[in-house]
Amino acid sequence: MEHIRMPKVENVKLLDRLSSRRAVVGTLYLTATHVIFVENGSETRKETWVLHSQISSIEKQAITATGCPLLIRCKNFQVIQLVIPQERDCHDVYISLIRLARPVKYEELYCFSFNPKLDKEEREQGWKLVDLNEEYSRMGVPNNYWQISDVNRDYGVCDSYPTEVYVPKSATAHIIVGSSKFRSRRRFPALSYYCKGNNASICRSSQPLSGFSARCLEDEQMLQAIRKANPGSDFIYVVDTRPKLNAMANRAAGKGYENEDNYSNIKFQFIGIENIHVMRNSLQKMLEVCELKSPSMSDFLWGLENSGWLKHIKAIMDAGIFIAKAVAEEGVSVLVHCSDGWDRTAQVCSVASLLLDPYYRTMKGFMVLIEKDWVSFGHKFNHRYGNLDGDPKEISPVIDQFIECVWQLMEQFPCAFEFNERFLIHIQHHIYSCQFGNFLCNSQKERRELKIKERTYSLWDHLWKNRADYLNPLYRSDHSQTQGTLHPQIAPCNFLYKFWSGMYNRFEKGLHPRQSVTDYLMAVKEETQQLEEELEVLQERLANLQKSQSGDNKVKSKQQDRSKQIGLYTSNNSLANTPQEYSNDLKSFPSRSPSQGDEEDSALILTQDNLKSSDPDLSANSDQESGVEDLSCRSPSGGGCLPSEDSGKDSDEAVFLAG
Amino acid sequence: MEFAELIKTPRADNVVLHRPFHPAVEGTLCLTGHHLIFSSRRQDNAEELWLLHSDIDSIEKRFVGSLGTIVIKCKDLRIIQLDIPGMEECLNIASSIEALSTLDSVTLMYPFFYRPMFEVLEDGWSSFLLEQEFELLSSVTNEWRLSCVNKEFSVCPSYPSVVIVPKCIDDEALRKVALFRHGGRFPVLSYYHKKNGMAMMRSSQPLTGTNGRRCKEDEKLINATLRSGRRGFVIDTRPLNVAQQARAKGGGFEQEVHYPQWRRIHKYIERFNILQESFIKLVEACNDQSHNMDRWLSKLEASNWLTHIKELLTAACLAAQCIDREGASVLVHGSEGTDSTLQVTSLAQIILDPRCRTIRGFEALIVREWLQAGHPFQQRCAQSAYSNSKQKWEAPVFLLFLECVWQIHRQFPCSFEFNEQFLIMLFEHAYASQFGTFLGNNENERAKLKLPQKTMSLWSWVNRPEELIRFQNPLYEANSLVIWPSVAPQSLQLWEGVFLRWNRPSRFLEEAEEERMNIIKYNKELQAKVNALRRQLAEMETDEEAQEE
Repeated sequence: MEHIRMPKVENVKLLDRLSSRRAVVGTLYLTATHVIFVENGSETRKETWVLHSQISSIEKQAITATGCPLLIRCKNFQVIQLVIPQERDCHDVYISLIRLARPVKYEELYCFSFNPKLDKEEREQGWKLVDLNEEYSRMGVPNNYWQISDVNRDYGVCDSYPTEVYVPKSATAHIIVGSSKFRSRRRFPALSYYCKGNNASICRSSQPLSGFSARCLEDEQMLQAIRKANPGSDFIYVVDTRPKLNAMANRAAGKGYENEDNYSNIKFQFIGIENIHVMRNSLQKMLEVCELKSPSMSDFLWGLENSGWLKHIKAIMDAGIFIAKAVAEEGVSVLVHCSDGWDRTAQVCSVASLLLDPYYRTMKGFMVLIEKDWVSFGHKFNHRYGNLDGDPKEISPVIDQFIECVWQLMEQFPCAFEFNERFLIHIQHHIYSCQFGNFLCNSQKERRELKIKERTYSLWDHLWKNRADYLNPLYRSDHSQTQGTLHPQIAPCNFLYKFWSGMYNRFEKGLHPRQSVTDYLMAVKEETQQLEEELEVLQERLANLQKSQSGDNKVKSKQQDRSKQIGLYTSNNSLANTPQEYSNDLKSFPSRSPSQGDEEDSALILTQDNLKSSDPDLSANSDQESGVEDLSCRSPSGGGCLPSEDSGKDSDEAVFLAG
Repeated sequence: MEFAELIKTPRADNVVLHRPFHPAVEGTLCLTGHHLIFSSRRQDNAEELWLLHSDIDSIEKRFVGSLGTIVIKCKDLRIIQLDIPGMEECLNIASSIEALSTLDSVTLMYPFFYRPMFEVLEDGWSSFLLEQEFELLSSVTNEWRLSCVNKEFSVCPSYPSVVIVPKCIDDEALRKVALFRHGGRFPVLSYYHKKNGMAMMRSSQPLTGTNGRRCKEDEKLINATLRSGRRGFVIDTRPLNVAQQARAKGGGFEQEVHYPQWRRIHKYIERFNILQESFIKLVEACNDQSHNMDRWLSKLEASNWLTHIKELLTAACLAAQCIDREGASVLVHGSEGTDSTLQVTSLAQIILDPRCRTIRGFEALIVREWLQAGHPFQQRCAQSAYSNSKQKWEAPVFLLFLECVWQIHRQFPCSFEFNEQFLIMLFEHAYASQFGTFLGNNENERAKLKLPQKTMSLWSWVNRPEELIRFQNPLYEANSLVIWPSVAPQSLQLWEGVFLRWNRPSRFLEEAEEERMNIIKYNKELQAKVNALRRQLAEMETDEEAQEE
């Protein structure tokens, strides 16, 4: 609290990026964890809540006649423009936020104060939801070829690896330790995914310290061991996910890549994914395009192309497709690495796993996948997502790119995933929010030292409890699309990589489809379930009635029915966001048939932003556009290109011709 | 003329058909007067492909030894390849296809020969008469009348024989106005907004010329749509400088001095060869099989197609906004009033009028605002993106309109009674069809060709219950509100259903569509069951109570 110079400022203006006419006046509060803007106005008092940990930059802009503008950009792609009347207040808010947005100790993060009112036992249960031991045994290891190694028991070999690592059975501790000494940050080859069907596997590591000529017998034996663990194949692929030039440059620093001459039976392959700095700049450029005030189609497409973002997404996807193909179709094991093996390697291994194994396309499986390839293998969440104040050059949207790859796949395979877009967006949100302990720190070792599991809550448990919100209505576990390996197309004209406005323009609801097919179908499915229940009750009643007409126990049965009936209807009544709420007549389900639609009541406008109450932080962003009437003002891309209410009467034609 | 003269080799065996995402098939190729028929009788994989010659946009042939290959590019953007053994056969077939796909007489087209295999329940030629439209209008306002001034198509050759005009303007005045407007296209009613009584009119440019000619009747006509003291908007689909240049050729625009109650807005919409080029470039980009992302995006951008979509949607939103938000009447025109004008007026109605979002309402819109309004389909849709003919009157004006509807549909997926397939079907039939609906350039030509007597209407076929079912949107929920689409670049997407239709594996998307249908269908079945049970129970209970008493 000592960092808050100014807890409350009144008469602050919150601007709407798309339309200057839609600015609202309210009060700005700074708390220990959030920036809160409360709109004046008696009826709604809309609130906008922003967690300090979401703030990526704060910009004080030149003073205008109306006050001092403050621009806050968030890591979840929200952009907030405030105008504070007094320059001094603005400065105080600015200074406070600068400090609040850059905590220096883990203890300052929200997860240490966030309390979802769960008791100790519930918290522990929550952390047990995702269990990697269970996951490896689901994959089918340990078995004849793979064993769990305790060589990293006390993080003695590699401090960014987990304590429990799966390695080929023939890899002795001597080989592992020897190999680790020949790899950057001692990240030796370890199992990421094992394909039960054909024994092929995906292993991961960092780059070898080969320089121009160095070699290491143990490392060569290690790769040999990986090959032997797949008796069906006489070679393995070694995939270096860096551009060749980068990998070659590393040789000068005593690092580099595997020399095919030194390793027997490997096929070496470069797949050019750019490094974290290129990716950071690329995102930056793309966000600039998203922020353009009223871009023309050319501005937008040119900017999108120029940012290179989709090209990078495609590169990651192509690498995943290559590996999945090697494993599933050729039955060949693959060793993947980049430089340190914690960014591109994590992206590529997890995309490949997702393509290979339908389990990772379920809600639980996806959590397991992130836990396996990202959290446990030491992806540096703290550095990449800037949770604590640190080197800005370490920040890069690595997992964001993986999440986008998943979304692109969902667009191509609409029935293949158990979860929906909202699930991905909320995971992205919480990677930055620090509301849950899952993504704190840079490694398992650090998390254990911080006693994360005793002091914070797990996001997975939270998402799992609200899983109804995250279901893809088109998913059926018995559907052909959910089975087996996914085979996406490669050429852009066959697999159209699209700009993901649901993520990068997430808070600009005016840009999104106004009716969400997903929400609509979820509502229908929910209603269907109620109908099924009611059908059962009715059939029972009918049976009873038929019995009673031949017997004499009708009074009793009737009472029984009524109680059931009431129970059912009250539950209907309490369900929000189902078509039921459009009808007052709870006795009968409103039919969806178009003929029944009468006037305004029938307008079932389901917007994507039905922010679920399940998410305290998200729901607080009450930027809920409701009626269509209200939406219209936001719809034109630039406020200037359509006449506004007042401009129509007296202003000249220039207003309409702009843009 | 006998088609047989054009067919030297009516049949070839051992032909191999190649299509993207399908294994090659061997079979027999037959040519008839109107079709190319490929049939494979292999037991495990019997299939037939029927292609209308008029659907063929261009063909290429090449030879490797005595094996000839014909690549056929269709107006619906599909590309197929046929390997035909025998050089002579191949040459014969190629030249026959070339001749048959470029017949220059309308009356030789397939619709004049097509005999439907279905029973006609409702003759589509009389399904959408302007008289019916007027009847509906009369129930809410009496400010308009039906005029038969164009009965013989003599006042305006591209207008239908009846039009709706303000009641206070007589036929004599209309004749004078027609002389003042390009091609005689005097302002007529396009849409009446029941909610506030505002009207949208459309016309062609006024013939003011360089010396600022005026026409009192024209002024009176359009002023008749204004409420006292209120202003109206003229939306000119040309940029100001083009409108000014038009004066030199006798055209022009409404000048402030003579139309003081009207504000003119220039909202540029691209036309003719620029659109056609853009279309060709886009299709080229979509057929580029390279794996390079940058190249794809830059080709997409360079085609400018999405720019045209955005501009068109913006203009339509503007027209709708003037009517619904400003409470003003609107007159829309460009030069001829047969292309961009119709795009704007019809899209504005999609936004404003829930009826246009139903299947029948949309069909009525196309009849009223495109066919009767004299969009020259025959000229515009003679060729598609693969043709080398480059005639200056070819342009994908109607396709752009359909794509804009698709864009709005994508943003309001529950507000349309029809689905994407319906729009794609209309695109196909506008370019090649067994039905006579899209033949001719206006009602005058259609009457001369006796299309209603000699050909079948597309609507007679589409509106049969068994066909309709394919075009219904399972998510439809009548939405009586005005729907305002977003025109931001982030909100607009390439229409994959048309442009990548033959280039993408469609199975997964089709499965998703099926799944959506099943979810809704199952829900409806359950509803029916529950309702039936409820009724049954209620009856039994009243019976019982009656017995008790």
